[in-house]
Amino acid sequence: MCLAVPMQILSIDGETGVVEISGVKRNVGLQMIKDPRPGDYIIVHAGFAIQKLDEEEALETIALFREMEGLG
Amino acid sequence: MKYIDEFRSGKAAGRLKEEIAAAAAGRPMTFMEVCGTHTMSIARNGIREMLPAGMRLISGPGCPVCVTPNGTIDHAVALARHPGIIIATFGDMVKVPGSTSSLGQERAAGRSVRVVASTLDALELARNNPEMQVVFIGVGFETTAPTIAASIITAEQENLNNYSVLSAHKVVPPAMELLCRGRVAIDGFLCPGHVSAVIGSSPYRPIAEEHGIACVIGGFEGLDILQSIAMLARQVAGGDSRVEIQYRRVVRPEGNPAAVALMEKVFRPVDSVWRGIGMITASGLVMRDAYRRYDAAVRFPVTVEETKEAAGCICGSVLQGISDPRECPLFGDGCLPETPVGPCMVSSEGACAAAFRYRVSRRADIGQMHDA
Ligand code: SF4
Repeated sequence: MCLAVPMQILSIDGETGVVEISGVKRNVGLQMIKDPRPGDYIIVHAGFAIQKLDEEEALETIALFREMEGLG
Repeated sequence: MKYIDEFRSGKAAGRLKEEIAAAAAGRPMTFMEVCGTHTMSIARNGIREMLPAGMRLISGPGCPVCVTPNGTIDHAVALARHPGIIIATFGDMVKVPGSTSSLGQERAAGRSVRVVASTLDALELARNNPEMQVVFIGVGFETTAPTIAASIITAEQENLNNYSVLSAHKVVPPAMELLCRGRVAIDGFLCPGHVSAVIGSSPYRPIAEEHGIACVIGGFEGLDILQSIAMLARQVAGGDSRVEIQYRRVVRPEGNPAAVALMEKVFRPVDSVWRGIGMITASGLVMRDAYRRYDAAVRFPVTVEETKEAAGCICGSVLQGISDPRECPLFGDGCLPETPVGPCMVSSEGACAAAFRYRVSRRADIGQMHDA
């Protein structure tokens, strides 16, 4: 039930918006997201965006894993 | 894919594997994951095979369909038999056997049962079938409950009088607290990532602070889970028990206040029965009085058959982390994903389904976690 992958917002129309991942598009409810904007990555669950992905935090975690790869 | 592949590197997994072993330093530790999506990812990535000797990772009651008791399935079946009703529900619910029938069997017998991907589709079904009553079977945790609440508010705004919900929603922290006092000694919880995206980190504090059990809210990719386990191992080894967030790109300490507000507007807590565990105080959600007209249980009084449990199924004990699915005599022999005996084999997130699906392809090494 839980789609664990982040999708990107393409367009917004009122309380809903079109999101996309690898060419797959879906119409989802955006009313639980603060200030959604096209280009934002969001987590979708059962047809609704439940949280925005924080890109800064994501990049920090990725940097840590990259560093580990260098050490590994 | 952006923000996915970066969390699947085999090399970094190797490092994390070493970090986990170093942190544990041979000490036995038992961790429980409480989210079906974690259960699947752990099986798919062969995470268990990467852990040092003495470290156990067990599955808990993290699959919403699995913890839904037979009585709820029977209630849904009774509603499906009621004239004029269209049942709308998520796919997994259709196959779950109840006491004597299932929604799938009812559909085969000619009743109207529709699989929907979200409540948005269920509302559309109601708009398109004004002469019928659409009843949504609401199953799920704090991630799903706000989406159901949103649909009830939309129905109210649109004056849609043929939409209602059978609310079988459950909230996770009370079940975790009960497990803290259960038969299995748990050193740490891998807390559910998306439930926590909604509720934040504070609901787990009593578990860490009063019960002394380490808590880490983890993401769903292989590296997320390994990093979370390393964090848990470090807490346990250091005699610490706190709530930490590994999945920081999605989970904020305060959660998602808008989603919580939606849920609290429509629902109130109620004692609720979990399969295999029993009644847990304030672990379910029912509609507040202001929304009672959207409560299918109130709106359509139906007679529900007497509950019977499937003979031989040890799902209840699997859900509490007491038994491994492979210990069930029916596992893979009588109980298969196509012919499930219990819900833990039905749901794609169930521990039995995960153990079955990945039994052959169990990976011996991290090398197989593909490189980003
Ligand atoms: S294998 Fe089937 S019968 Fe056994 S516990 Fe799992 S769901 Fe129940």
